[in-house]
Amino acid sequence: MRDVAVIGVGMTKWGELWEKSLRDIFVESALEAVKDAGVDKIEAMYVGCMTSGLFVGQEHLGSLLADYLGMGPIPGVRVESACASGGIAFRSAMFDVASGAHDVVLAGGVEKMTDIGGDGATFALSTAADAEYEVYNGVTFPGLYAMMAVAHMDAYGTTREQLAAVSVKNHANGSKNPHAQYPFELTVDRVLNSVMIADPLTILDCSPITDGAAAVVICPLDKVKEYSKNQPVKVLATAHATDSIALHSRKDLTWLGAVAKAGEQAYAQAGLEPKDIDLVEVHDCFTIAEVCTIEALGFFEKGKGGASAESGESAIGGRIPVNASGGLKSKGHPVGATGIAQIVEVTKQLRGDADQRQVEGAKIGMTQNMGGTGGSCVVHILGSE
Amino acid sequence: MSTSARYWREIPQRYRYEAGRCTGCGEVSFPPRVVCKSCAGRDFETVEIAKQGKLLTHTVIRVGPSQFADQTPYAVGVAELDDGVRLTAMIADADFEELKVGMPVKLEFRLIRDEGEAGILCYGYKFVPVR
Repeated sequence: MRDVAVIGVGMTKWGELWEKSLRDIFVESALEAVKDAGVDKIEAMYVGCMTSGLFVGQEHLGSLLADYLGMGPIPGVRVESACASGGIAFRSAMFDVASGAHDVVLAGGVEKMTDIGGDGATFALSTAADAEYEVYNGVTFPGLYAMMAVAHMDAYGTTREQLAAVSVKNHANGSKNPHAQYPFELTVDRVLNSVMIADPLTILDCSPITDGAAAVVICPLDKVKEYSKNQPVKVLATAHATDSIALHSRKDLTWLGAVAKAGEQAYAQAGLEPKDIDLVEVHDCFTIAEVCTIEALGFFEKGKGGASAESGESAIGGRIPVNASGGLKSKGHPVGATGIAQIVEVTKQLRGDADQRQVEGAKIGMTQNMGGTGGSCVVHILGSE
Repeated sequence: MSTSARYWREIPQRYRYEAGRCTGCGEVSFPPRVVCKSCAGRDFETVEIAKQGKLLTHTVIRVGPSQFADQTPYAVGVAELDDGVRLTAMIADADFEELKVGMPVKLEFRLIRDEGEAGILCYGYKFVPVR
């Protein structure tokens, strides 16, 4: 298989974009990625989207978006793995280029979540859990992650304040990201005293409902000069694993097996260890999710992730900067776009283009994107050389 | 919303607690599976799951889906039953303050929700604290 490089990235301001449609926000991001790469055409595209059918009543996105991007009749495919759809769209695009089928391929992600009310959005997101054996019995996504938090607190003594510190850290980073939906800073007290959603998680432990899209353009590493003037960012590893989508079917409710498995495979492919990673973008859909993912990826010992933000170890400038972009919490979480936005952030960091939130000297970055409570996970490692 | 066929298909599990015990390794799958998760065996006998167990975790849902509006806030938990089966259910008849990991619970057959005018009355199991 051929080595693959990211040559262009595009992302627009995320938020409640009432004046823009799903196709508008996708095309805006995709054109920015095409322009950044400096290419005049793409040969195929993969689009991550969790559930446009439920959010805006539109499926068949591969063709719709290729058409509106002005790239028809190229092959366009929509990829779904709940909130990991974007990461898996990138992985699919990578295999397309690596296999030699196409040279210049676009991987995008999009979700338009605010066209329906909160109840509709809660239902749409809940379809990532087991419909008959979790959702039927009243569970919501905040509820599932709250149960992971209770189990983690019970097993390891993780505190409510430590979880709040994750949100505070991610908002501090996101306040320096012009694309972030909520670029404001928080305090631990504000997180603790905000509205309770599912005990012990408050609304400021939860990532928001977001309209947003992101896109990247990739090509074979040995043909970068032919297509682009940009400094290429090499894909060093791509790994994907699954687990039961029902949380209750896992032997350890605090351990994300698919994340650990995808992480192990990614480290092995790249010949790297956790200590070699300069920054990581993880799937902090809830504060407890960040704690569990950084343990499963080996950045913190099992049970020790709780203190990561409180101690400053996961801050920009800390031992392992986690979610320099602001993460899902501050940047926003348009579910299908999140995995692509993580690639956008790491690419910018490795090019040295991350402005106020730049991790100094970053050469190797990781992304971790997951679906549901960890029923799917995709991990990528990118390198600047 | 459940369609009536979708609701009816799950009745053996929700009304009669039917699970599949692998005749090869003894693992109990709830709901039943065609392929055993532990040993990939395909021969099962139908058994009833245990009716008692312990809470592994819990939460109180303060912002719930509209189907549960008349019950919100409500407690939910994951329990491991005495036969090793793990499942998610609402926790009925409990004070939120008393919820604790390790708390003994039993399964009871309860109304889960009703789907409104001319809709289905949806039944199933809930956890109830054993005091």
